[in-house]
Amino acid sequence: MKTSRFALKGLNVLGLLIVIAIFATPFVWMAVTSVKSLSETITFPPVWIPETIRFENFALAWDSGPFLRYFVNSLIVTLSILVLQLFTIVPAAYAFARYRFFADRVLFALTMITLMIPTQLIFLPVYLQFSSWGLLDTHLALILPFAANAFAIFMLRQTFKQVPEELLEAARLDQASEWKIMYMVMVPMAKPTIITLLLFSFITHWNDYFWPLVMTTTDASRTLPVGISALTNVEGGVAWHIMMAGNMILVVPILIIFFIAQRHIIRAFVYTGVK
Amino acid sequence: MSRWLERFRPYLMVAPAIIVFVLFFIYPIGYMIYLSFHEWDFISPDKQFVGLDNFAGLSEHPEFLKSLENTFVFTFFSVGITTVLALLLALWINRPTRFYGFVQGAVFSPHIISLVSIAMLWMWLMDPQYGLLNWGLEMFGLPQSEWLASPETALYSIILVAIWKSIGFNTLIIIAGLQSIPPHLYEAAALDQSSRFTSFAKITFPMISPTLFFLIIMNLIGSFQVFETIDIMTQGGPLQSTNTLVYYIYEYGFRFFQLGYASSAGVILLIVLSILTVLYFFLMSRRVHYQ
Repeated sequence: MKTSRFALKGLNVLGLLIVIAIFATPFVWMAVTSVKSLSETITFPPVWIPETIRFENFALAWDSGPFLRYFVNSLIVTLSILVLQLFTIVPAAYAFARYRFFADRVLFALTMITLMIPTQLIFLPVYLQFSSWGLLDTHLALILPFAANAFAIFMLRQTFKQVPEELLEAARLDQASEWKIMYMVMVPMAKPTIITLLLFSFITHWNDYFWPLVMTTTDASRTLPVGISALTNVEGGVAWHIMMAGNMILVVPILIIFFIAQRHIIRAFVYTGVK
Repeated sequence: MSRWLERFRPYLMVAPAIIVFVLFFIYPIGYMIYLSFHEWDFISPDKQFVGLDNFAGLSEHPEFLKSLENTFVFTFFSVGITTVLALLLALWINRPTRFYGFVQGAVFSPHIISLVSIAMLWMWLMDPQYGLLNWGLEMFGLPQSEWLASPETALYSIILVAIWKSIGFNTLIIIAGLQSIPPHLYEAAALDQSSRFTSFAKITFPMISPTLFFLIIMNLIGSFQVFETIDIMTQGGPLQSTNTLVYYIYEYGFRFFQLGYASSAGVILLIVLSILTVLYFFLMSRRVHYQ
């Protein structure tokens, strides 16, 4: 009886280790490949420990295109989206949570419909729109459609509704303006929700490939994921070590942030997923 | 003056967001529906009204039908397998210790990585000649696979990547659902001396069914939009075997400039997604759980 329980426990740990391996091995393999030589990538069976660690692969990947440009573009686009969202989401969520106005139901329904429309559905007409406005291949084309976020408005409205009314009454007695109440009383109360939403937004847009792929035509406005994807067709055939080195530049910072702030990030995604 | 402002304040507050939604989400849907009834090559100044011709054309277009079929196969297997595995995994690793926390983190990690990196990494793992997967198969004495290079296996290889990427997110959502079950229900079951299976069937499953239901619909909606892995790993090939609905819209819109065709394919996607959304809200309003 005792030995079988012990065996079961061992089996359980072994199973868990296999689960970890299924998710960790690909990343380890990416790291190993990124410091190999070309000849070490085209041997079978594969080599696990390269003869010399070639850090120059990262420089080669970085220099294979205007990666500084891509990086700056990614930064501009993502940060602009975050800032704009702060200014559109907070007032909208506040109005939907605290005011009854003539068209509030219609406008809220419109927000909820938007929540259900994926970018994969609207890219063609939006592309045509941007083309007629002369905005194709600009940062604005990557920023404007995401200047507001229906999902974030919905979430923040729920949080704002839970702020006790007495707190607002007290602020109003102090003659605080509505705008002041919104940003000085409501926003601090909803800080965890707002941080969660911003984190979620940051990761989504930093990683986004589809929208910048469709809306950009030159390196001037391409973002990091689109730039990295171009490593698949480097001249002179496939160079897996350079491709993996390029992807390491994209993946490692996110993984480091993930392992430092794992609890917050998981909460951000699960929380936004469940509600 | 101030009363006037008072009245309009809420409108002023929601205006920026509403303008963005109308301009970039609502209006484009209308424009796409309009285009689906026209023939247009993007360059010529006039769009010709053709009624339902685009839809009739699509229904006879083998490439479109193939992409529709592939999308359904992709959706069926990726959503089905992901949901079942995530449920089993969630029941297994829902423990509060540090080690289990680490396992949860590892399983979740692909979710925050860009699909670009995931697609390129798996292309490398699935390389028929030098890839790690074939090496693994060989080690276990199994036959090697062509993975993305063969029309027989390419779509299933893409499905495998989709499952690997989304299983962690699904697992953690289910774990959140499991943790919200009030413990007193299990205490009552323990008093009744019910077996583990009975308490799963009578308590756990009914209590997390709303979560599961939410996940399945979200996964369905998500998998109908599959694009990134296709674009990077196969470009719809080999022999159309991985062409999907969104990739079809992208190719017909941006490569062949058949905007009417592409728009009517978009309308088909819109219809599928609308049905799923309505189903979601309908069943949500009827409440699927028991408390």
